[in-house]
Amino acid sequence: MSDNSEFLKILSDKVAGVKIVPTPPGEPSAMVDRESIHEALDHLRYDRDLLFDMLVELFAVDYTGEEPRFEIVYILRSTKNNARIVVKTRTGDEGIETASHLWPAANFLEREIYDMFGLPFANHPDLRRIYNPDDFEGHPLRKEFPLEGKDFDKPFVVDLEKA
Amino acid sequence: MGIEKNVLVTTLDWAINWSRKNSLFPVTFGLACCALEMMVASSAEYDIARFGAEVFRPSPRQSDLMIVAGTLTKKMAPVVRRIYEQMPNPKWVIAYGACASSGGIFKSYSVVQGVDQIIPVDVYIPGCPPRPEALLKGIIELQKKIQKESIKDRPLITLPGKSA
Repeated sequence: MSDNSEFLKILSDKVAGVKIVPTPPGEPSAMVDRESIHEALDHLRYDRDLLFDMLVELFAVDYTGEEPRFEIVYILRSTKNNARIVVKTRTGDEGIETASHLWPAANFLEREIYDMFGLPFANHPDLRRIYNPDDFEGHPLRKEFPLEGKDFDKPFVVDLEKA
Repeated sequence: MGIEKNVLVTTLDWAINWSRKNSLFPVTFGLACCALEMMVASSAEYDIARFGAEVFRPSPRQSDLMIVAGTLTKKMAPVVRRIYEQMPNPKWVIAYGACASSGGIFKSYSVVQGVDQIIPVDVYIPGCPPRPEALLKGIIELQKKIQKESIKDRPLITLPGKSA
């Protein structure tokens, strides 16, 4: 049985900056340069040989101390080719280009990353917080964010005028 | 037939509290997993109707009991506060479960550490989640508390949003 890694080989032939990385069996993964990720995703979505039409999951990882600091992971599935692959890219605080024009599911998932990690997605149609209140300060999934947040020891005050 | 067999003498406090405590209308409202235990309490097995509290009203304007069942996040807090203020007086609050009482296991940036930080609570029910019997016990305790109240503290008629 194929482990779907042939799709990553097709991708690396067409787009520069795609590196196939070692992964557990059944989870073929590629690390894509930040500069090529937009082009690579476009190929993955529309290329005749790839046709990854479903965005299963999109999330970020904070590798504090490494450079670039954040890793953004796309898990894609092709219903045409019955395949599942993982595409990753690394970025700093500047963020990357949106993928919401390719997969509408990316809209909310990118908002989640923006909310929890503070990474902006360029050209996103509606980039604002999704889980935390709009006036929330900080980005909770960054490693430097304290678990209890700000003013934990003070009573919580509700402002109905503002809410 | 003498007059002693037809006249019942009592205080106004006792009579009003007696009617209030036996017709607590909870507002239909649940925040997390505790809410499922609260729903079970209204099933035939536990039958919250025995205490006159089975009419879960769909509108806070028809309710006088708020059972805060579940984790109260900071994003949800203004909504809960608004529902509480929409309820007409007299009104009572039960904090149902560890999260509603104290924040529970969520010692975290996103969770209010107890609903008593935003609304006054009458009865706290511990448990994670508490069994439906615990809610019935909480309602019985609330009924005892209501029976001891004075109508001077809880006016007969007040408008929603106005404090008692």
